[in-house]
Amino acid sequence: MIIPEIAFYLFSVVAIASAFMVVAARNPVHSVLFLILTFFNAAGLFVLLGAEFLAMILVIVYVGAVAVLFLFVVMMLDINFVELRQGFLQYMPVGVAIGIVLLIELVFVLGTWVIVPEAKVFAEAPPPANVTNTHALGQILYTEYVYLFQAAGLVLLVAMVGAIVLTLRTREGVRRQSAFAQTHRRREDAIEIKKVLPGQGA
Amino acid sequence: MAFLDRAARTMFLSEILAGMSLTFRYMFRKKPTLNYPFEKGPLSPRFRGEHALRRYANGEERCIACKLCEAICPAQAITIEAEPRADGSRRTTRYDIDMVKCIYCGFCQEACPVDAIVEGPNFEYATESRAELLYNKEKLLQNGDRWEREIAANLTADAPYR
Amino acid sequence: MVSFWDGYLWPGIVIVAQCVALIVPLLIAVAYLTLFERKVMAAMMLRRGPNVVGAFGLLQPFADGLKFLVKETVIPAGANKVVFLIAPMLTFVLAMIAWAVIPVSAGVVLSDINVGVLYLFAISSLGVYGIIMAGWASNSRYAFLGALRSSAQMVSYEVSMGFIIITVLLCVGSLNMSKIVEAQRDLWFAIPLFPMFVIFFISTLAETNRHPFDLPEAESELVAGYQIEYSAFAFALFMLGEYANMILMSAFTAILFLGGWLPPLDIAPFNWIPGFVWFAIKIVILLFVFIWVRATLPRYRYDQLMRIGWKFFLPLSLLWVVLTASAIVAFGWYPSKA
Repeated sequence: MIIPEIAFYLFSVVAIASAFMVVAARNPVHSVLFLILTFFNAAGLFVLLGAEFLAMILVIVYVGAVAVLFLFVVMMLDINFVELRQGFLQYMPVGVAIGIVLLIELVFVLGTWVIVPEAKVFAEAPPPANVTNTHALGQILYTEYVYLFQAAGLVLLVAMVGAIVLTLRTREGVRRQSAFAQTHRRREDAIEIKKVLPGQGA
Repeated sequence: MAFLDRAARTMFLSEILAGMSLTFRYMFRKKPTLNYPFEKGPLSPRFRGEHALRRYANGEERCIACKLCEAICPAQAITIEAEPRADGSRRTTRYDIDMVKCIYCGFCQEACPVDAIVEGPNFEYATESRAELLYNKEKLLQNGDRWEREIAANLTADAPYR
Repeated sequence: MVSFWDGYLWPGIVIVAQCVALIVPLLIAVAYLTLFERKVMAAMMLRRGPNVVGAFGLLQPFADGLKFLVKETVIPAGANKVVFLIAPMLTFVLAMIAWAVIPVSAGVVLSDINVGVLYLFAISSLGVYGIIMAGWASNSRYAFLGALRSSAQMVSYEVSMGFIIITVLLCVGSLNMSKIVEAQRDLWFAIPLFPMFVIFFISTLAETNRHPFDLPEAESELVAGYQIEYSAFAFALFMLGEYANMILMSAFTAILFLGGWLPPLDIAPFNWIPGFVWFAIKIVILLFVFIWVRATLPRYRYDQLMRIGWKFFLPLSLLWVVLTASAIVAFGWYPSKA
């Protein structure tokens, strides 16, 4: 079957092209949209690798939540694109340097298999048959790496608490709605029916 | 106890369920809708709809060009020009109603001494252009001929109360 | 040449035929859902609803569709044309592709993948992009406000939906849709997990931007929200997407809590009826509740919407995850190894 190859090249080409467009697009909203496309194609590549759980989590977490907030913020910003591009040449050497460092690291990571052929054993660790991807991940994550997993959770919790503490303000004199008090009003509390005789008034 | 009661009401969405049951019961009620073009509601004999100029039974037009309707019309929608006819009777040569201006107050038919101009029971005369709503004498007489039966019946029905 | 036919062309034809067999009834269902909604709403408001086009107004959806087709597509001068046109397509396509993993009956599913629930959840979380893109590309304040509201709303309610799905998954032990349904053969999850069922249903109302959470398109304040600049077929695609999403979410609820294609009781008169009929009946009942809620409740205010989502549904569903997990561990009710 040639279909997986076609799909692989399709996903990779679109991913790389859209990743390029993230940087190249003039409009920041377009950049974010291309970023989403990149995520999406990465998820497609995960599916091709047989890591469907990771693919779905990537879509749910990154595309479905993180990128939405990203888009949210970028759409609200009023950026002057011309001004933003003025320092481009000035900062380019730094950017290129970081890019080269990343590239070298990637080459080393992938090149290990060529340099040390024994390392290939670690690269190919297919989950045992008749255990789904999700089960395999869970079995490793919650047994061998459970402390690291909990530590990661704690870090996120601390980050969340920190964010809330930094932004929470209590203002004086704010009249808040009490939904409970409102929904708990009964007719008997609110109105009273009186028999009013003519000429006497209530 | 009151707290438990209130908490239970909130948790079980009691007020939402009450509202939902109300709408559910309404779903099976009889619908008051009239299937309009096929079914129509009753009209009072005094209903003031499209104007018409009536004729006597012998075919002679009733209008004697007294111009009372033109004078009373609060919207100044009526324009009348009159001349003596060959037989010496006073008749209109022009009787226009601008149906766009008309406010359907019915003063013209109240003012008319000979029951010539009346507002008939017809209310379905929407047109595609504005020009079609500038009625002339010919159109009004034609309306009178067309609706004479209904108009006459309405006038007799309303007569005891006048 | 034979291998090409056997290897590619014939499977391709089969896949396309399966997709068509799923999508065509779905589109017809969407068309009639609009009619169903108008009829039910009318009945609850003591009206008759559409009854002129065809007997009982049965041709009304097609008349509406035809009208959308022949109208002019207006693209605002200030709009970002590409994004403006992609947005409705995206909404519609996302509403359609999610159906790939919905098991209509035992074994009748386009793609029975192991992470079916996650796939569905991922697709439904992508739905927000159609709305954001539409709101941003329209270059209109109303549309933009609608898009902002919608994105915040959908992201908020997804969190509690995720926890509720986890609760169900704890009881099943698999992410496969068919296995979720099979796990309910003895007892529908709607009974032991009743509070979660209610919260999930309310969250789907918010997720599909339906009443009483239809703030993104709130007619009385935002005119039509993100749809305001759309006309003709682009608008029709949004409508189709919205109603297809309603059906999708009803199907999802039916699978998670109401036993999918399983009959209510596995005894003689019930299990004669084929599974997809039961599935359709459950979906229709849920859709009726969607419409019923719309006819009954007023729209929530935005802060109230957020309050319910974050302060009630999230803690409640989180609590229920903990309770379910504890109960499973404490009483040893582990799901049978799938």
